[in-house]
Amino acid sequence: MPDPSLAPIPRERWGRAAASHLLVRAGFGGTPEQVDALAAMRPADAVDCLIEYEGIATDPTPDDLFDATIRRPLSDDERATLARARRDGDEGVLERFQRERTTRDMQDRDQLVSMRQWWLKRMIETGRPLEEKMTLFWHGHFATGWRTVEDSYHMYLQNRMMRTHATGDFADLAYRIIRDPAMLRYLDNNRSRRGQPNENLARELMELFVLGEGRGYTERDIKEAARALTGFTFEDDSFVFDGRAHDDGRKSILGKDGPFDGDDLVKILLSRPECSEFICGKLHRFFVDDGPAAPDPDARVAVTRLAELMRRERYRLKPVLRTLFLSRHFHDPAYRGSVVKSPVQLVVQTIRQLGTPPRELATLSSALELMGQSLFQPPSVKGWDGGRAWINTSTLFIRQNTAVYLLTGRLPESGMWATDPSPWADGPLGRAVAARAREGSTDAAADAALELCLSVDPVPARREQFRAFVRALGGPLAGERLIRALCMATALPEYQLC
Amino acid sequence: MADPNLPFSRRIFLQQGVTLASLVSTIPWFLQHSALGVLSQQSTRTGSTPGVPEDRVLVVVQLGGGNDGLNTIVPYGDDAYYRARPTLAIASPERAGSSPVLIADAGAGLGLHPNLGGLKALLDDGRLSIVQGVGYPNPNRSHFASMDIWQTARTDAKGAGWIGRYVDCTCSGTPDPEGVISIGRTAPLALVGERSTPVSFENAQLFRWMGADVDPALEPTYEQMTRAGEIDGVAPGSQQAFLMRTALDAQLSSDRIRDALRGSPLVRYPTTTLARQMQAIGAMIRAGMRTRVYYASIGGFDTHAGQANAHGQRLREVGDALKAFQDDLVAQGNDTRVLTMVFSEFGRRVRQNASGGTDHGTAAPMFLIGPMVKAGVVGTHPSLTDLDSGDLKFTTDFRSVYASVLDDWMRAPAGKVLGGSYPKAKVLRS
Repeated sequence: MPDPSLAPIPRERWGRAAASHLLVRAGFGGTPEQVDALAAMRPADAVDCLIEYEGIATDPTPDDLFDATIRRPLSDDERATLARARRDGDEGVLERFQRERTTRDMQDRDQLVSMRQWWLKRMIETGRPLEEKMTLFWHGHFATGWRTVEDSYHMYLQNRMMRTHATGDFADLAYRIIRDPAMLRYLDNNRSRRGQPNENLARELMELFVLGEGRGYTERDIKEAARALTGFTFEDDSFVFDGRAHDDGRKSILGKDGPFDGDDLVKILLSRPECSEFICGKLHRFFVDDGPAAPDPDARVAVTRLAELMRRERYRLKPVLRTLFLSRHFHDPAYRGSVVKSPVQLVVQTIRQLGTPPRELATLSSALELMGQSLFQPPSVKGWDGGRAWINTSTLFIRQNTAVYLLTGRLPESGMWATDPSPWADGPLGRAVAARAREGSTDAAADAALELCLSVDPVPARREQFRAFVRALGGPLAGERLIRALCMATALPEYQLC
Repeated sequence: MADPNLPFSRRIFLQQGVTLASLVSTIPWFLQHSALGVLSQQSTRTGSTPGVPEDRVLVVVQLGGGNDGLNTIVPYGDDAYYRARPTLAIASPERAGSSPVLIADAGAGLGLHPNLGGLKALLDDGRLSIVQGVGYPNPNRSHFASMDIWQTARTDAKGAGWIGRYVDCTCSGTPDPEGVISIGRTAPLALVGERSTPVSFENAQLFRWMGADVDPALEPTYEQMTRAGEIDGVAPGSQQAFLMRTALDAQLSSDRIRDALRGSPLVRYPTTTLARQMQAIGAMIRAGMRTRVYYASIGGFDTHAGQANAHGQRLREVGDALKAFQDDLVAQGNDTRVLTMVFSEFGRRVRQNASGGTDHGTAAPMFLIGPMVKAGVVGTHPSLTDLDSGDLKFTTDFRSVYASVLDDWMRAPAGKVLGGSYPKAKVLRS
């Protein structure tokens, strides 16, 4: 039974394994050197390294990196021209407008493709892994899909907002999400009007964003909340409150009465204890354990304590994350390998931990899609289910093949080989394998390679299989032999866990 | 489980024991509890006997997002329909000019959406059963909650999927790795059992490990490790155990499926997403795979706004794909052993909304397709005036349809699979 205590892990239990666990879960893992550096610190300092990231430089995103004008609305002149052409049946003009639209559709799709690669690259290169990891968490939590939003720039604005507030304050995020153009469009709130409220955003605020499904609200609360949200819409790239569309009558929501608007609604939802429990439950599933039986009774105790802390801290996230990452609960050995790597985690961790070249971002981006995690396009407003839902017999092959691609540059379909200008396998990973196998035993080298790849301690039978394989490679575990061993290690079922 | 009519029964196991022994000698790490997985690999090569229950196949087609039942099976004889749908209503057959409904049951005033010519042909051919007003008590209007209810066959949406439970119930030992195949990116909950996991893929060509292309010498170790399944020392039910089992299943399924999908079909399929899925299912059935349940799904039915065009396109895709699939099965001579069932998580509200769409509703029709169905319109169409806060009251519980499919078609203990007893809907010919 895992330790439910949120008290800090004692110094004597801190070491390479705990530091690696922290770096993998609060980030995307790291090289043996990075793990050793964290292991040499006091636990609290190691955690702060990940959480207090504002001092670490990142590539600033230039304002004009993405084109804000692809989906700009038609100007008054253009609108008038179009109306005239419709009236007069001017086919030439109509066709020009149609062509223009098709071009913009293509530009928007292309821009989304670049955005996916831009974000993936950021996750691979960042010095602030927790910032990206929490941005990914919020993307899955306030799930919004580009295909419905039909505006890549709005998806970018949402992503930027989530990154800015990634470890800030949940209340802040909740108030911002009902002003977010992409979300307002995704859940049809821009079409919600007094007398004709659209329930979509109201329902998901309760069910998926703030309270959690079935936690103390009724269908009637949803209908009333939808009225409160009328008039929350956007123009061009900005939120606007449309007073004419807003229903300013009295509403009754979760036992409170008043002429509520969207902000009042969020305030009412945030005042419920279910909110912190729901959010902390999701954080626990994301960072600690996503097995089908999670959270077990001990973990539930830990989640409840975490939720109390979140309420005391008025939804500030850093104190919650700091306590969690430092806790005896988080570091309980039962939680090594208790999370199934998301496709993003698999790709980014393989690069950051094993030190492979990042290869082609376009290829990695389509691999993510095949593995079921298209950035900016979660399957539904529920986000990604995560855990075992990532794994089925086909995604497993794609996961293994993506690792082969990163290790060797070999593309599954083309049979092309990349030529690696530098023998990357003899970098930090190769040096660590060599150092740990100093006594010259091949078995020790095999054990070192397994330890550097896997989050779980492999069972004896597995260790023996792998050692036999490494012995049969016939020579020191370096260069091409090391790459072959890594192909095998990353194909192990255990490699899918972190 | 000694019933000789059940799939994967003891009987099959014993008959093929000889094959097992010879395989074990070439796979040292092969452990006993994955024995049936290898057995079934052999048995795909054996011919199947049409007509016996272990040959029967169920194909489930999921329409995701909440299909608007009222614009699918149109109650054109009811004025209330035209009052509730001023701009979205489908014209009655007498209305010249616009595209009117295709008559399904003139006496009852029911018709098919004009884009459902494919289904109309199946209906006329006695191969389509339209079950009306299917739903469940206290309907949930959340996509996810309602879809989970349909997929678990429980109104609390708890536990394993109903087809997963069917596999759990009907096999002794380890489930056949391809007992259930889903085409799509992710396997739906319906197919996930306590012990059984479905095969799921979108592109069959990527359905193998490429590490052996790096160095063929890696292949034996890879095979040894993946075929080991759950190895000693791993806690049952743990994440590790789950992954090891999935790795074994993947390995066993890879060759067979890629084999099955190589040929070209006997009939021409449309090129839509659903048609491609149905074509792949047709190919696997033709190849004589042991799969008992196939699952296909398309989304796009969540028509809150601007419904008319989008919904019409989706329906055309559904009707044409299902017609081509049925033609394929007839050409193969397999139509008598394949039952197709079509469902959506809910219908939509009776009254259209201000955005030219419809919001989440409740009861909706289901389709069952094949020569074994009781063709025509089955059950009672819900009233359009006696509503439950703007929504239809269901007249048939969806689990009554499941019960009939399980009991009468799959010859499985419906009560046990569904965890309760439901009166069987009369959807199959007796």
